[in-house]
This record gives sequence, structure tokens and C-alpha cells, in this order.
Amino acid sequence: MSDQPARIGVDIGGTFTDVVLEIGEKRFSTKVLTTYSAPEDAILDGIEQVCGKSGVTPAQVGRIVHGTTLATNALIERRGAKTALITTQGFRDVIEMRTESRFEQYDLNLVMPEPLLPRQRRYTLNERVGASGDVLIPLERSDVEALADTLKAAGYESIAVGLLHSYANPDHEQMVRDVLAAKMPDALVSLSSEVSPQMREYERFNTTIANAFIQPLMKTYLDRLLGRLQTVGFDCPVFLMHSGGGVISITDAAAFPVRLVESGPAGGAVFAANIAAQHGLDKVLSFDMGGTTAKICLIKNYTPKTARVFEVARSYRFKKGSGMPISIPVIDMVEIGAGGGSIAHVDSMRQIRVGPESAGSEPGPACYGRSGERPAVTDADLILGKLDANNFAGGSITLYPEASEKALTTHLGATLDMDAETTAFGVAEVVDENMANAARVHAVENGEDLSEYTMIAFGGAAPLHAGRLCEKLGIDRMLVPPGAGVGSAIGFLRAPFSFEATRSIYMRLSEFNAETAGGLFRDLENEASSFVRSCDADSDILAEHKVYMRYTGQGWEIPVTLTAAQAKESNAETYARLFEENYIALFGRAVEGLDVEITVWAVNATTPPAPVNPVAQADTKGAATADGKRSLFDPALGKRVEGPIIQRDTYETGQTVNGPAVIVEEETTIILPTSRTAIRAADGCIDIRKA
Amino acid sequence: MTSTISNQVMWNRLISVVEEQAQALVRTAFSTSVREAGDLSAGVYDMKGNMLAQAVTGTPGHVNAMADAVAHFIREIGEENIFEQDVYITNDPWKGTGHRHDITVVSPAFHHGKHVGFFGCTAHITDIGGRGFGADANDVFEEGLAIPIMKFAERGDVDKTLVKIIRENVREPDQLVGDVYALATCNEVGQRRLVEMMTEFNLSALDDVATFILENSRRATIERIAALTNGTATGEMTIDGFDKPITLKVRLDIENERIVCDFDGSSGLDKKGINVPLVYTKAYACYALKCAIAPEIPNNAASLAPFEISAPEGSIVNAPPPAPVALRHVIGHMLPDTVYDALDKLLPETVPAEGAGSLCNFQVSLRPRMDAPAPPHARRSEVLTFNSGGAGARPAYDGLNATAFPSGVMTMPVEATEHAGPVIIWRKELRPDSGGAGAHRGGLGQFMEVGAVEGHEFDFSAMFDRVNHPARGRRGGLSGAPTTIARSDGEPMRGKGKQFVPHGEKVMLAFPGGAGYGEPKNRDTASVKRDLARGYISAETARNEYALSESDIESVLAGAKNGEDIK
Repeated sequence: MSDQPARIGVDIGGTFTDVVLEIGEKRFSTKVLTTYSAPEDAILDGIEQVCGKSGVTPAQVGRIVHGTTLATNALIERRGAKTALITTQGFRDVIEMRTESRFEQYDLNLVMPEPLLPRQRRYTLNERVGASGDVLIPLERSDVEALADTLKAAGYESIAVGLLHSYANPDHEQMVRDVLAAKMPDALVSLSSEVSPQMREYERFNTTIANAFIQPLMKTYLDRLLGRLQTVGFDCPVFLMHSGGGVISITDAAAFPVRLVESGPAGGAVFAANIAAQHGLDKVLSFDMGGTTAKICLIKNYTPKTARVFEVARSYRFKKGSGMPISIPVIDMVEIGAGGGSIAHVDSMRQIRVGPESAGSEPGPACYGRSGERPAVTDADLILGKLDANNFAGGSITLYPEASEKALTTHLGATLDMDAETTAFGVAEVVDENMANAARVHAVENGEDLSEYTMIAFGGAAPLHAGRLCEKLGIDRMLVPPGAGVGSAIGFLRAPFSFEATRSIYMRLSEFNAETAGGLFRDLENEASSFVRSCDADSDILAEHKVYMRYTGQGWEIPVTLTAAQAKESNAETYARLFEENYIALFGRAVEGLDVEITVWAVNATTPPAPVNPVAQADTKGAATADGKRSLFDPALGKRVEGPIIQRDTYETGQTVNGPAVIVEEETTIILPTSRTAIRAADGCIDIRKA
Repeated sequence: MTSTISNQVMWNRLISVVEEQAQALVRTAFSTSVREAGDLSAGVYDMKGNMLAQAVTGTPGHVNAMADAVAHFIREIGEENIFEQDVYITNDPWKGTGHRHDITVVSPAFHHGKHVGFFGCTAHITDIGGRGFGADANDVFEEGLAIPIMKFAERGDVDKTLVKIIRENVREPDQLVGDVYALATCNEVGQRRLVEMMTEFNLSALDDVATFILENSRRATIERIAALTNGTATGEMTIDGFDKPITLKVRLDIENERIVCDFDGSSGLDKKGINVPLVYTKAYACYALKCAIAPEIPNNAASLAPFEISAPEGSIVNAPPPAPVALRHVIGHMLPDTVYDALDKLLPETVPAEGAGSLCNFQVSLRPRMDAPAPPHARRSEVLTFNSGGAGARPAYDGLNATAFPSGVMTMPVEATEHAGPVIIWRKELRPDSGGAGAHRGGLGQFMEVGAVEGHEFDFSAMFDRVNHPARGRRGGLSGAPTTIARSDGEPMRGKGKQFVPHGEKVMLAFPGGAGYGEPKNRDTASVKRDLARGYISAETARNEYALSESDIESVLAGAKNGEDIK
């Protein structure tokens, strides 16, 4: 047994809690059902299992890293504390009025999602700060005190403070906090100038309210978890994965719980980024497909792409605008309502549509034989020969192809005058096209050409569809890593300590002030580093400097990264040059004669990335041994083909497989189209390339 | 069979291509109206100019207008003059999308050197010269620069003379030229993706996939219409107009496989810029019908064709040139409510009660104060904002609060607006008691208060209706509250037109509420209590309109004081 301390990663997902233990080069993992009422139960159970498998004692564990959907679920289900908002007089309804538009143009019976707080929990103060941070109406302390008395009498546990233009001048918000601290010492307080210091009141207020709303819940949960772990002998530090792809201390997580939203998927992106680094791949598209959704992320130079705002809790067919905006640093992922359980139907134009409605695990796709009658993507996959009816999920679930056939023909084939196989082909093509479209749009929005990318596919359903997706996207190479079923939890163990601090301050390059810029970056660097320092007292801390810029008059900013030297010795010419380069890369041409402005400043402080063991190119070592043959449908050829079955656990490094073929393992099946050939890499990844 | 599947895949792809084309425009445009509010559209067309797919953006007003536009371009440019890398442009209100503030750009798409189709897009720009954006013009010539259908670029070379003329005629030349480039870029994005698709599927022309899309759309639309009972009904609605009320009249005929919608009997032309070119009338009438009858069928030449819209020339809804048309949206946005007045008689329990209708937009022209020395920081600036009143209640749901219908554009964040110019929005929040009472309540309107940064005065260009003609309820539902507008010193203001606001004064606005649906006495008590607890309605309204008991009122208000909600 290694002397190195063991590390444990824990991912609480909607269905399963995944636990991974790594010690030295060895990895042990397990999946247990998530225990909603007390999520720590499943964690303790899973940890006991992996400790048992590995023979590691609690004292040998040096670090536990945790990510969870609990924060996201609390927002979706509106399960939070009794929370009040304090805002500027005249702006009580910002979170309810949203963008004043309908997210679905043609539905006369559209219903808006309820705001996080009903109107009677939103209070106002007579005060006003202007756009440049100047005070237009000063805030009277006595007004705040009177309001605090009202809030105390009403019994609020958590208070969000969101005042207009507070990102430019937080004085009034800070005065509110001081008064609340004196009058309501037990209440938790979230200031918008700290939680999300960004211009645009709807996003900032909603993010601050979300933070306040889930804070008591998350704080108690984290306290309980820590207590339980200590009781069974784990004295090591516990860290939390955040949505930006890094790790923070449990104290900071409890102060800014909104940063935990989407931390699970962020772990998946970090997992893929680490594989990319090991294989020296500087442009990677990660593709994670499970039962209900698929997620896509661009990873450049081993770093997942990040964004400043995203949407959670979409209430209407995953439609943009039907959820609520959260503006925090986040790994930029596109989520599509397409998974193995997604249900197919025919619309009024006799077109096949797939998802976002999902059969879930109960009743599941028709082929599960649990009284699910409507055809799902898994049914199509079964009919097309991608799955083995007698060997699904390691043989633990028997599939019923006749049920799939019936579901496909009854619900689709009859209307379309197609047989079961053609219908299944149609369903698979439509779902693959949906995912390909999302990937294409995302790439174009980021000025990227996917043909230069390598795909890394993980999650239960991804390897079934990834080959076809690569064909559609013109991607020549893809990797399917081992351990793909618990990718997020492994990713947690690869994530650096990091924290991104941001500030909205407008500066036109024609009025560029080097002193202000330098000072701003110093402040942000100090703020971000202090979070990282609290997790690791000794490590080097790297700082990434970024600004968001646009032509004056535009509404969209583009991110521009600066080197540390450029950030220190800043001058307007450097910014102008970098902006123009980035703008041309995204949009093809620069616009002459316009002033350029900086709107947001950001510093991401991070410990150096996890050390990488480069994977050498494997020497070719003959063909892998086939364990039987299977007939499967190749969509690019539009016909059935026959190919060998390869068992992944006996597939040796360097061995090759030519498509068509299927590579089976307990967690999933890799479909190798006729156009592809595979080789097993030394780290166990299946490396698939265009033949 | 497999070709059916590839055609389906290509149809999906084309819809994705135009969405992406629209996204490219949102991200590169300069006009606030495009980038923040989504006032734009984008589409792909076959060689004959038939629209195959259109992005779903914020503007139903562009729906049919865009569908017709490309045919005008083909005719006027001439097929023999179409070359690779050409870019065409116009802002003709009658061939584009209804006013000179919309610029339409069309680009031919080529594959392997062969012309295969077109991409088109439209965006609302902030300024096109003339009197500025408002209702005050007496003819279209006062409404700004005209750009006839012409080439902006031939074989990739931009017409520098045209750019020079544009620059000298508008107030924000850099932004406008930037927007034209953004429009051209967005078509390029579409073309690149189209070529990729044609390569992947080994196509040399779009004919087959075009036929597939149009045939399936036509059949689906006709099936929907054929399922309705044939019949005829009329509807009408009277609204404020500029200085005299305007009556809109419509007659609907559901006839087997088509719906005929005619506006005969509507008022004549107005002297001021609120007249509507027929393209825009078609767009909003058709949008209203599609929402009620065939909402999920994507817009294209075939799915729009069965809706036949007409209006007598010289009426306010078919204004010929040179009628002033800058604010055609103020009337155009009222057309769906007019159409629904008729449709409700043919299809009961389907359409909503009347709502605010027109967007509650205004433009503020700020300048250093002239009545006293202005501080050095004072500057000139134009700020346009988009805002919404309440939507009408539905047969089964309340109306949406402060949400645009029929328009789909977004409002701008107040913080962003205040960075755009020296304007201060002192208030922007819901207007209690403005939603018409009913079994389902009308959506609430909103309050706004608008002033300027110290040292500035401004002209306020109002574009509001429903001052004298609030939204009317359906089936016993009551009217929504009307628009009100006044200066903070008590000076009255008009609902439309440019009006001066001196230094230190504000404009006090209350935007209209939507009307109720069904009799208020049939509203369930829990909803009345919830509205009272949230302050959507006052205790007086709860008592007088909904007969809530005193003890209930007291207990609800007591609970609300403690933040208790009622689900």
C-alpha cells in the first residue's frame, strides 16, 4: 500500500451518488442510490464501500472532494429558506418582470415560472446609486433599521440585498448588512455586490436571491456531513467542487452556495480536460450523454471554456429563457434534452421528434419491459443492434426487442409507413442530429472549427452515439476513457483549488487609465487568491487575467485573456490589439472607427493543474480478439453490416479493431462505425480514428 | 425511406442554420434594439425566393414581410446580375419590413460556383436620419434616408459611395455602418453552414429538400384549417390614434383549406407616422391566426400561404407610399386583438382577452440644458427603450404581467440603459390593480418614471396607445387600466409625439393592464387571496370586484405582512 494519502471524490447526482477513491495509481469506485432526505447517508455508505474494497482506513484519507446537484435541485424545486429581498425603491419586481418577453412565441397559454420570492417578500429602501457609482439619493440608516425590525418580526432566516448599480458602489449594500448584523444577528445576509458584482440587475438580483435562498439548507447539510465524517474517523479537509471547475473550502462554499450549482457536470468537464492533457490534445469537445440529457463542452489547451452567466431550472422543454439566470463564473456547457430515455414521437408535419420528454428509469424505455409503451432512444439503439438484449448493464437487465419493435411501429412507423428498423434509424438520426446541431452552434458562437477537435465521450449513452456524431461533425478522432461512468467524481480529484473574482467597471480605451486598471487587477487578484490560500497554505498560485470587451455601443462582450505581464504593464494599445485579434477570430472582421470599451474585469486564481502522466502512443500489436459477431445498422451507409464483438476488459494495449465493431463493457458499449478504427491506449482509453 | 430521413435531417439543419444566423447578428449588432431586445429576423430561401426556414426571434412583424422580401430583390436586381459574394440591401418600408428603421440585407448563396439560394436578415436600427424615430413625420420622406433595393457589395467589393451617403445622413454613422456589416456577416455565417450541409449530403441544389419542406408544411397547415368548422365572423376595435380615434375592422372566413382575413371598413390614413404598409398588416394578422390554429408549424412560404390577408388600399392598414409609417408597430401590434375579436366567435375558449397590444416604447433625446449654463460633462444622446404593459387573460390562465404580446422583444436592463446615455429610470415596477378583473385576471401593466442626469434636458418621444381605449374584457371580464402619462410638475402630456421635458422634471408613466376573461365572481377565492397577498390587487379591488369578505382580507393582509404566500 502506498504511503501517499488516499483521496476520495463524491458526486451526488439525481439518481446515483458516485464515490471514487484513488490511492497511488489505483482507483476504486462505487455507485449507490442517492438518499434525498439525508444525502450524507449515501455518501457515508459509498465511502465505506470504497474503503472496504481498497483496504484504506479513514486516517489514510488526505482529502475528500465533493460536488452535488443539491443546490440545483433546491432551486428547481423551490425548496429554500424563508428569504427576503431588500432592493431599491421603484424596482421591487425586477425578478418577476424578467425580460418582459415570452420564451415561446407561438404558445397562447404560456405560463411564466414563479420567481424565487413572491412579491410580499420583496422590500424596498429609498436610496439610489447612479450608473457611475455616484449617490443620487443617500441611504438613511434609520430607514434600514425600521426595515430590519419589520423583517425580524416576520421571521426571515436569510436576506438578499440587491440595490441598483451596487457593482459600481457597494456602500449602501454594506450599510444594510451592518444594520442587519446588529438587528438580526442570526439571519444570513447575501450582498449582490459580493455574490455577483455584475451589471444587469435581473441577473445580479436573481443570483443573489438564489444564494440567500439555498444558503441555510446548504450550510446545515455541509455541517451535518462534516460531523458524520468526523464521527467515523475522517479528519481530513473536505472541499467542494464549484461550477467554475475548481475546488473551494467548505467555509467558502457555505458562504457562496450558489457557486455549487452545476458542480457535478463541471467535474465531468474537468475529467475530460485531464484526459486531454494526458494525450496532449489542445482542442477537445467533451460529450457526456446519460439517460435524460446530453452535455457538450469545448476544452481548449486542457481548460474547459467558461462563461459568466447561465440558466438553471428551465421549465419549458429545455427552452432558453424558461429558467432563471445565474451569473457566476461557470464552465460553459450546452445541455440538450437528449438521452437514452428520451421519447420519440411524430409531429403534425409527419416528422420524427425526439425528447426532451424522458421515460426516466421508471417505466423506462419500452425494451425494459416495465410497462413503458412509448419508444425511447434506447429502443432504437436496441433495434439497430447497438445493444445486446441479453447483456445490458453487465447482464443485470434483460431487454425485450419485441417491445421496442412494437413501440416504434405503433407510435411512429404506422404514421410514417416505415418498418421498425427504418423507424429506429430515423429516431437515432434525429437525436444525433439534434446533438450535432447544438455542438455546431456552440462552436460557431465561439469562433471554433470542430474539424480540428478531438471528441472525448463519457456517460452511459455517449459511446453508443459518439461515432455517428463524429461523422456528422467531421471530427476525425475520439477517445473513450475508462471509468466513464463515474467521470465527474474522478474529475473532482483532478480539479485545482480555484476562485474567480470579477467586477463590472466600464472603461473606454479612449479614456484608458492604467492606474485604475492595475489597481483593479491587484484587488481582484488579492480577493481570488485569498480563497485559494484558505484551501492550500503552501502551493504556488497562478493568476489568469481576463477582461470582457466590446465596441462601444454593442451589447455583447467577448472575453480577452491577458498575460500577467500585460495585466501589470497595461496600456490601451495592448488592449486594442488583443480585442481586435479576438474579435476577428470570432466574427471574421473588425469594425473601423469605433471606440472599444472594457466592461468586466476578472482574475481567476488557481493552484497549478494536477500533474499529468503523458500517455505514449501505443505500438500496434495486432488485432484484438473477437468474442462473437453482431449485426448492426450503420447509419452513414444506410444499411446493416456485421462486425466483431470485443470485450473491453480483455482488450489489450496496442491492439486494433476495425469498424464495424462493438466494444462492450459493463457500463456501456462503444459502437465503432465502418468509417472508424480503434486502438487501445496505454491508459485504457479507446482511441478511435477515421480509417 | 432513408431519403425521407435525410430530408428530415436537412430540414432540422436548416432551422438550426437560421437560428445560428440570427445569433451571429445579435452578437455583432450595435443597435440596442437588436442586441438587447431581439428586434431582428433571419431566413433561408430557395432560388425562387420561397422562404424555407426562419429563425424564431422577437418580431412576428418580420414573419411575412421577410417571406415576401427576397422575391422583390430577385426582380429588381435581375437574375443575370447575381454573383458570388454579392450583398444586397434596402430599407424600403413596402418591400422590406414596414418602416425605414428596418434594414434588410439579402445575400445569394453559392455552392461549387453555382447559385443555390438566398439568405436574408433584417434588423431595427436606432437612427436613419430625418426627424428621428417617432410619429411626427407628415410623409415618409421626413422619416429618414431611403435605401432602394441595390447592391451593398458586388463580388465582395463594398459600394463606397453608398457607405458615404449613408454616413452623411444619419446621427450615429459608425453604429449604422457597423450594423450593416453585422447583417452581411450573419448571412455569411448561414451560407457557410449551408455549403457544409450540401457537401455532407452530396447535394448540388436545394430543390428536393425545398419541396419536402414546403409539401409537409402545406399539408400540416391545411389539415389544421380543415379540422375547423367553416364560418364567417367580424371583429373590430377602436384605439387612440394620433389625434383622432382609429377603428380597425376585420372579417374572417374559414373556408375548407384556407382562412381569408380582410380589413375592409378600417379607418383611412392618418396624417402622422402610424400608418401600416400591407406587409406588416399581413405579418401580425397571420401571426395571430397561426398562434391560435397552427402554433407548432414552422414559418415558411407554404405554412404561411393558407392565411390570406388583405386590406383596401388607402386604409390605415394598407398605406401606400408616401404615407408616413415610422411607428407602424403602434397600430400593427393591435391587429391580433382585432383578429381575435372575430376568431373568438368561431373558435370559442381559444383566444385571450385584449391586452396592452402595442409595446410601450419611448425614445429620449437628451442634450445639455439650455435654460442655464450646463455642466461640462453634459452631452447629447439618444436612448430608446422597449417596455410592455399587461397581456390579456386567457380562457384558463391569468394574463401575463408586464409581458409583450404580440411582439416578442425583450426589455433592456435599467442598468444597461443608464450606461447608454445620461438618462435615469427612477421607477420600473408592476402596477397593482391594472389587470382587468375576471375569472382569469388580466396581466398587470407597469409604472415607469424617466428623468435625466443633472445638467440635461430632453425631448420625450411617446409611442403609447390605450390612453382613451383600454383593453376590453371577454365573456364578462372587465377592462384593463388605461395608459397614463404626465410630467412630474403636473403638466399633462400626450400619448404620442415628441414633447419637451425641462431640466429637473420627470415623465411619470403608467402602462396599461390586460383585460379579464370571464366574470369576476367566478374567480376562485384562493387566486383572489393570492393576488391580494402579493399586492397585485388592493383590498378595495378584492372587496368591490371579487366580494372577498372583510375577515378574509384582514387575515390575508396580516399574513402577507409576515411574508406568507398563498399558492
